[in-house]
Amino acid sequence: MRKVAVIGAGMTLFRRRMMETGRELSFEATRMALDSAGMEMKEVEGVVMGSAPDAFDGVHMKGEYLLEGAGGINRPYTRVFVGGATGVFVPISAWWHVASGLFDTCLAVAEEKMSPFLPHPQYAFWTIFDHTLERPLGVNLLWIFSLEMRRYMEVHGIREEDIALVSVKNKGNALDHPCSQVAARITVDDVMKSEPICLPVKRLDVSPTSDGAAAVILASEDVAKKYTDEPVWIDGVGWNVDTQYWTNRDLYYPEYLEKAARMAYKMARIENPRKQLDFAEVYDPFDYKELHHLEGLLLAEKGKAAEMTKEGITQRDGDFPVNPSGGLLGVGNPIAAAGMMKVCEVFWQLRGEAGKRQVKKEVKRGLAQAWGDLLQIGTVITMRR
Amino acid sequence: MSVRIKDYPGREVAIEELKERYVAKEYKAVLRYAWSSGVAIGSFLDGLKRGIILGRRCNKCRRILVPPRMYCEQCFRKTDSWVRVKDTGEVKTFSISYVNVDASRRREPIIVAVVELDGASKDVGILHILGEVKPEKVRIGMHVKAVWKKEEERKGAITDILYFKPR
Ligand SMILES: [Zn+2]
Repeated sequence: MRKVAVIGAGMTLFRRRMMETGRELSFEATRMALDSAGMEMKEVEGVVMGSAPDAFDGVHMKGEYLLEGAGGINRPYTRVFVGGATGVFVPISAWWHVASGLFDTCLAVAEEKMSPFLPHPQYAFWTIFDHTLERPLGVNLLWIFSLEMRRYMEVHGIREEDIALVSVKNKGNALDHPCSQVAARITVDDVMKSEPICLPVKRLDVSPTSDGAAAVILASEDVAKKYTDEPVWIDGVGWNVDTQYWTNRDLYYPEYLEKAARMAYKMARIENPRKQLDFAEVYDPFDYKELHHLEGLLLAEKGKAAEMTKEGITQRDGDFPVNPSGGLLGVGNPIAAAGMMKVCEVFWQLRGEAGKRQVKKEVKRGLAQAWGDLLQIGTVITMRR
Repeated sequence: MSVRIKDYPGREVAIEELKERYVAKEYKAVLRYAWSSGVAIGSFLDGLKRGIILGRRCNKCRRILVPPRMYCEQCFRKTDSWVRVKDTGEVKTFSISYVNVDASRRREPIIVAVVELDGASKDVGILHILGEVKPEKVRIGMHVKAVWKKEEERKGAITDILYFKPR
């Protein structure tokens, strides 16, 4: 397989409701990525697009709908979809287009416009559940997250207060992100006293619904060097999906994520991820998910991610910064675009372009991860300077 | 954000502004479907109507699957036989939900749980609701029993079990 570099990245503001259409958001993020690479669309050979369930927009064939804004016309264009994990799966897919030798350049765009759905985008998630056994009970996505959170807390004896520290950290980090939707300086007490949603999940444990888009441009080694002196290499990719029968698994640990991580680490020749990686952007739609994922990614021992957080290791100036961007909890959660935002962040951090968000220690290698479907898929990408 | 980029595109709008000026029409989709319950779940639903919970056994890995499948997803072979599991079990995890399916608030919370049924394999549970218990009394590991609808009211649906209550 050939070496593949990221040579440009772009994103829009993340907001609850945007004036721009999905096409316009895709265009803005793509145009910014092209400009940052010093490239024109005609130099891009293939395009991979990612967006979550069509139900949000009420537009079926959303891939085709978004086509023009993503620069997809008259070229090989694909939409990929793996639920919430889509944002990282888009660059993974673009990566294999280039690594295989099929293309020298490939654009990866992720877009989400959740706001059109009324009264609340949450309702659209109802349609992802089993129509015979789960929907008649009135199931919603918040139920299953809170069921997983409770199981995780129970098995390891972790307190809600310890989990809340993640929300405090990420919302704080997001104060330095110019695109952020819900950045704030809050305390553990604020999280604990926030409105109960599905206990143990409270209002400030969860990311918002958002509109937004993000994009990166990938190129083969030869081509990358024509455009930039600072390519960022994608050296590992992995993904793995477990059963949709989420009630038939012990939710305390994401086995599928460990498998995805091991796939990426093997490719990147990473034997000790905690030592060999310098920081990570892990998927944090809820605060406990950051901890759950750190463990699944083998970046913390089982049940120890909360301690790691408490000790300040995951702070931006800590020994192993996690979500220096501010994550989904702070920057926002336009589903597919949120995962892609993490890939953009790793790119900017590795190039030393993250400004006020730049992590304190020198970074050479980073990881981005997303997660989704019915608590069942992990997508992982590792990148290096 | 990159330090090289000064301006990030996008303009936020409020729903009120959209409704006044920009949305041509609100569209309410009424989509109707007739889903097949399938071979395995069809029998499972018939069982519920009779007041019993059915699983499928795989003779190779010896797991008993609930909800039942006609195939074993691990061994990737046909499952072998129907097994009646008990309508009692253990709370594997639970949540106290203050929101409805459309994210609107509930006045009284509903308690939802994954129940590992007695007679099914370890980690094999189903999603259901807990009743006749105060939220603060629910614990993981709590023993529960199904409360069924009256026989004549059962329809062959997951809701033929009203809820699980402590036993
Ligand atoms: Zn089997």
